[in-house]
Amino acid sequence: MYAALWRVLPGPAWVRILIVLVLVAAVLAALATWVFPWAEETFFPAPDVTVEDPAS
Amino acid sequence: MGVLGELLITAGVLVLLFLGWQLWFNSLVIGNEQQDRAQELSESFSGGDEVVAAPAERADPGDPDVGTAPAENETFGNLIVPRFGADWKRPIAEGIGRHTVLDNIGVGHYPGTQMPGEVGNFAVAAHRNSHGDAFVDINKLQLGDPVYVETEDGWYRYIYRSTEYVLPTGVGVLEPVPQMEGAAPTDRILTLTSCNPEHSISERIIAYTVYDTWYPREFGAPPEIADLVQNSAAG
Repeated sequence: MYAALWRVLPGPAWVRILIVLVLVAAVLAALATWVFPWAEETFFPAPDVTVEDPAS
Repeated sequence: MGVLGELLITAGVLVLLFLGWQLWFNSLVIGNEQQDRAQELSESFSGGDEVVAAPAERADPGDPDVGTAPAENETFGNLIVPRFGADWKRPIAEGIGRHTVLDNIGVGHYPGTQMPGEVGNFAVAAHRNSHGDAFVDINKLQLGDPVYVETEDGWYRYIYRSTEYVLPTGVGVLEPVPQMEGAAPTDRILTLTSCNPEHSISERIIAYTVYDTWYPREFGAPPEIADLVQNSAAG
């Protein structure tokens, strides 16, 4: 999968490394901006911190 | 290496990244945002004037001014706890809604409990972990530690007295006299609540502090935190 990605990238090795770094940075930014906040909200909401009357 | 193996490794890396983001990076980011907002609030209170430190020897300030109860979700003050860090300062808003107050603003005031400086119980809640880690060090408070509340009127100093552990249903800690339902209050209490143990919902940790004195805004800030409530332009 990643080998295939490497093969389709153009240019000499250092250009490919540069492109890969940019891609990785973009993926990380997307994860931190959209995916992780959604995952936390959906699967791991922070524990409640308040005391509450169970009847209310 | 097969495609399946690469996918599994990718999934593992994603999980590790998520953990690092959730436990460390995101709380750092949100904590800094809360800190910045607290600073903006300090500056709006002082109206751009330089904040001077009150003299160590000063006249008795008398009974503290008590603000009126703010509207829900309105930010009305800052909590300053030197034990939580030399520059630790977080905004306090009315209400304990998760999305409205606790996840974003920082510290939430239990509606219906008293206001800072008022006889009775000024009770607040904040996250122990995540969303800024506001009260992560609540178990590190030591007898005699000062806890300050900054409002438009000035600064209220409370002194940490004791910690209690209760079940999530232990609403007695919010009584005007904590755990004494119906008793007439004579003391001014500030109660901090958070979850316990860390990352868990099984218990609540309650830290009680008792009113000591207050510093009316026009006579200067408590010397210990004067730098922390200074305007960034003036300081």
